[in-house]
Amino acid sequence: MRTATQIISLISFCAVSLPCWLFLAGRLDLETVQWLACLGTIGWFVATPIWMGRSAIVDGEPTI
Amino acid sequence: MTEEAPTSSGEFEREAVPESALLGSGKFWGMYAGEHAAGTEFMIGPLFLAAGASLQDLILGLLLGNLLAVLTWRYLVTPIAVAKRLTLYYQLERIAGGSLVKFYNVISGLLFCFLAGAMITVSATAIGVPFNIAFDVPPAMLGLSNPAFTLLVVLVGGVIAAVAAGGYERVARVANIAAPWMIVVFAACGIVSLAQLEVSSFASLWEGTFWTDAIAFVRAKEAAAGKPPTVFGFGQIVIFAWLCNGAMHFGMADLTIFRFARNPASGWAPAIGMFLGHYMAWIAAGLLLAALIKLQPAATLNATGEVTANPGLLAYEALGWTGIACVVIAGWTTANPTIYRAGLAFQGVLPRSSPVVMTLFAGAVATIAGAFPNLSAKLLGFVGTYGTVLGPMGAVIFVDFYLMRKFGLRDEYALHSKTSINSAVLIAWLLPVVVGLYLIFVQGVFAAYAVIPCWFACGALYLLLSKFVQRPTT
Repeated sequence: MRTATQIISLISFCAVSLPCWLFLAGRLDLETVQWLACLGTIGWFVATPIWMGRSAIVDGEPTI
Repeated sequence: MTEEAPTSSGEFEREAVPESALLGSGKFWGMYAGEHAAGTEFMIGPLFLAAGASLQDLILGLLLGNLLAVLTWRYLVTPIAVAKRLTLYYQLERIAGGSLVKFYNVISGLLFCFLAGAMITVSATAIGVPFNIAFDVPPAMLGLSNPAFTLLVVLVGGVIAAVAAGGYERVARVANIAAPWMIVVFAACGIVSLAQLEVSSFASLWEGTFWTDAIAFVRAKEAAAGKPPTVFGFGQIVIFAWLCNGAMHFGMADLTIFRFARNPASGWAPAIGMFLGHYMAWIAAGLLLAALIKLQPAATLNATGEVTANPGLLAYEALGWTGIACVVIAGWTTANPTIYRAGLAFQGVLPRSSPVVMTLFAGAVATIAGAFPNLSAKLLGFVGTYGTVLGPMGAVIFVDFYLMRKFGLRDEYALHSKTSINSAVLIAWLLPVVVGLYLIFVQGVFAAYAVIPCWFACGALYLLLSKFVQRPTT
């Protein structure tokens, strides 16, 4: 289960990060990039909470 | 990304961190990786372009400024953190006294509220996109946007405050999960913008014609509005990048984090946050505005005809709904702990009050601040002011740690004299800050320029005044 969800997270991560490079190279249109990013986002937030642990440090200070 | 129990910065509040709780450098790199991908990055990046910064100055200036920030964390904060292993607040209490720390806490709480207000505004710009609610920035500093946007800010602020009142841990968990995704969305926004700007090679990127065209558009609109052209040079970029987190490094707020560090080398860890959040993300966000100016110039203009950064619209034009989600989540996950922390600061002054009520109060202040769009539109100045006010307290800690004994004075004087207000600290802090605020608000000095002079003045005054204030202690 853990490995499966990690693979889904990885695919989702790639769906957000890779299509924009293909758009830059002129191999993909923007609408497809946006749809893939949207699917990747959904996949990331569904799969990642199942396997990702909490940060070793919980910082309560504001950041900029 | 670890399964071990997290170490909260709220642990060991009034004692040194024990050996058993110390953490290796990897944990700090992990934490800082997502630490500076905040909602404000979507606003700060475009503001560089709107202020007329050249692309070459931005690329080199941010590189140098962020490097200086990392060096400050490594060599100013971490040595003291690993030597004393105390929180900023407890260390200040031992030096300055409990009542003075409460006063400092309220001031920092109010500043946190304004910072959270800017994040609420940024989130509202994104939620407004699907509802076609425009983000109008009025000319007056204390002017409101259109009624629909103001109502949206109230709703967003209300939700964020309510969630913050429920505690910080759950939001920290969401922020932890979202951090890698947010960073990659920032990068994707920048790459899509480069494609929209028809940048096809490194040479055309470095030449930056698309950027100079965008700045020419900004300048033309400023001239049409009867305003002098804004200039944001290399020096300003370096100083801003170095000192925008002045409260965390020069102000020593991150002592609270690095007290858990097993060795001082952990002090290099902020580099990952700086170069992802304050380098890549700022440049990517700046490219978003350049792309929108090229594709839809009319969409970048406010009611007075000047260029305004609308973070939600910028991200939407690049990555669609993912862009909107990123702006909302980046704003929410950073506004939330900020409001929570401000609530704790207010509760410190009224210990019998409910933490929930105080957090809601902080949320209300932040929401009111967020309703004034000029706060986020002038974020470059606000962040410098934030460092000018909170940064100098770090000089007190620095002098107390390194110099007091060398000059024959008592370190941690409030602890040993059992005083609740160390007047040497109070005067040494307020005097340079008041002068700094005068220079910023009356003389128009760029706010980040005031941080380091105020820091040195505060440290020198603290040493000098301690000579007169200190009495023999047992």
